[in-house]
Amino acid sequence: MTSLKILTAGPGVTLQDHGRDGYLRYGVTAAGAMDRLAHAAANLALDNEAGAVAIEISLGGIEVAAEGGALSLAVAGGGFEVLLDGVKLPGWVRLELAPGSKLTIRAGVGGAWTYLAVAGQIDLPPFLNSLSTHTRSALGGLEGRGLAAGDILPIAGAKAQAGAPERLLTPWLQRPTDVIRAVLGPQDDYFSEDQIEVFRQGPWTVSPRSDRMAFRLDGPRLTHARGFHIISDGIAMGSIQVPGDGQPLALMADRQSTGGYPKIATIIAPDVGRLAQLRPNQAFRFKTVSVDDAVAARRADAEALAAPMETEPVIRREFPSEFLLSVNLIGGATAG
Amino acid sequence: MSIAPRFLDAGEAALVVEYGLHIDPAIHDRVMALDASLAAKSVRGIRETVPTFRSLMIHYDPLTLDRASLVKIVESLDATPAPAARKRWIVPCCYDPAFGEDLGHIAKEKGLTVEKVVQLHAGATYRAYMYGFAPGFCYLGGAPKELTLSRRTTPRPPTLSQVIMIADGMSIITTISMPTGWWLVGRTPERFFSRNRNPAFLAEAGDQITFEPIDRATYDALDARAEKGEVVARSESLS
Repeated sequence: MTSLKILTAGPGVTLQDHGRDGYLRYGVTAAGAMDRLAHAAANLALDNEAGAVAIEISLGGIEVAAEGGALSLAVAGGGFEVLLDGVKLPGWVRLELAPGSKLTIRAGVGGAWTYLAVAGQIDLPPFLNSLSTHTRSALGGLEGRGLAAGDILPIAGAKAQAGAPERLLTPWLQRPTDVIRAVLGPQDDYFSEDQIEVFRQGPWTVSPRSDRMAFRLDGPRLTHARGFHIISDGIAMGSIQVPGDGQPLALMADRQSTGGYPKIATIIAPDVGRLAQLRPNQAFRFKTVSVDDAVAARRADAEALAAPMETEPVIRREFPSEFLLSVNLIGGATAG
Repeated sequence: MSIAPRFLDAGEAALVVEYGLHIDPAIHDRVMALDASLAAKSVRGIRETVPTFRSLMIHYDPLTLDRASLVKIVESLDATPAPAARKRWIVPCCYDPAFGEDLGHIAKEKGLTVEKVVQLHAGATYRAYMYGFAPGFCYLGGAPKELTLSRRTTPRPPTLSQVIMIADGMSIITTISMPTGWWLVGRTPERFFSRNRNPAFLAEAGDQITFEPIDRATYDALDARAEKGEVVARSESLS
């Protein structure tokens, strides 16, 4: 069987799909991709289902190889560096990986997550209808853990139709991140109007002490108007919880299903992925919007995904020395 | 006459239907009634619902079901009478001091004997209010008033899994090892979540729970069976 072999993987590289939907009522974390739009784009570039399982790559990066046959792959997400046998490709790309070749994906100019999708299906047994990895409860993915060197992912229905690398033309993935939109509530009534304004203006940065469960937001301390404990209620992805110390936490893909702190606002789904892609030095502020505005933004994302994906051939502009040596272009100059 | 619920947005794809601000069986009955009515109606666009102590979170797809229509559906269902608890679970619980590490402390604080504490805890009928924190981690209401105790001021080191703990008039059944501020009274061989069993979860929110004291030898025997995927708690239908 054709498979994808993990040669190296940094911490925080996991398998993620649409999420473990339907089990929040039993306390099960949904998990799923941090940046749903980028995850979907990588899958759709290969005609996979938008919510199919793909590899979510952290700034730790990954190196992979194909075994038993060629694989068609796509990468989309942050501005990561993508190299095929040392040759630099665009960060958003569709390519064929032949046995014996190596694909390297590593942190680049910006962004915090990128997605590597495989044409066909990563053939592992799902748990509760999902392959999303939740490492804290050791569920899903490969043995409930992050991927590591030596792991082999069997690929069912592998296709290798990609041919020469092609750049994905997905301008809608280039999203501004200086303003993150949020709908107030469900517990905005625990904050006075002036604190809601402080929340809007920030400026905020994502704390380095952030993970797939929660992004701590560094900025002004928020004060509560009426205590900071509530009787636990449900938590949506992107809800911003304000515990007693006043430092807000944006609750992300690995959030718990319920919680007992007031949630001042909820980041709209299209902007959760934007927040997820921020690095700790990038400042942003919040803009509060209506549910109707949020739905319009969501519809725009859905329409972008529904349109046929355009690609263009990669025109090679940079030639690494290994490549130049291999084609012997500079052999004459270096030969004694 | 019950007061109308509040509709709170948790973004554009989750609506909180809030029936109150307290832990109260009457409020929870309304949450569970709405949950059951929505499930029976199988509304297109509702992705999943999450019952909690006092509210129902409805996760929905706003491109399929708009907020106004969802609110209208909820309002049309709101008058539906609450269903009785569907099931009672009789959960074996070993109050051996090796598991009920804090029984002595609770007895001392409350001026009771350890035997009396066990008798009170095992004699009460609990309501499974909600799951949260971790898969199968179940919050129970209905702890006897005589055992009401605030949480520890600082958390203790991680407990075993499947322990029964009390604090603030509540009980919890855990499924994982974790540090905690709650007080340990015993351990059940039952798994409220088991990835090797189908179904993976036991009780539904709204079900009744009682505890049946078992000795250590019985615990060990039942634990071995539960480990293999057997359900060792008994259940009976209440409808």
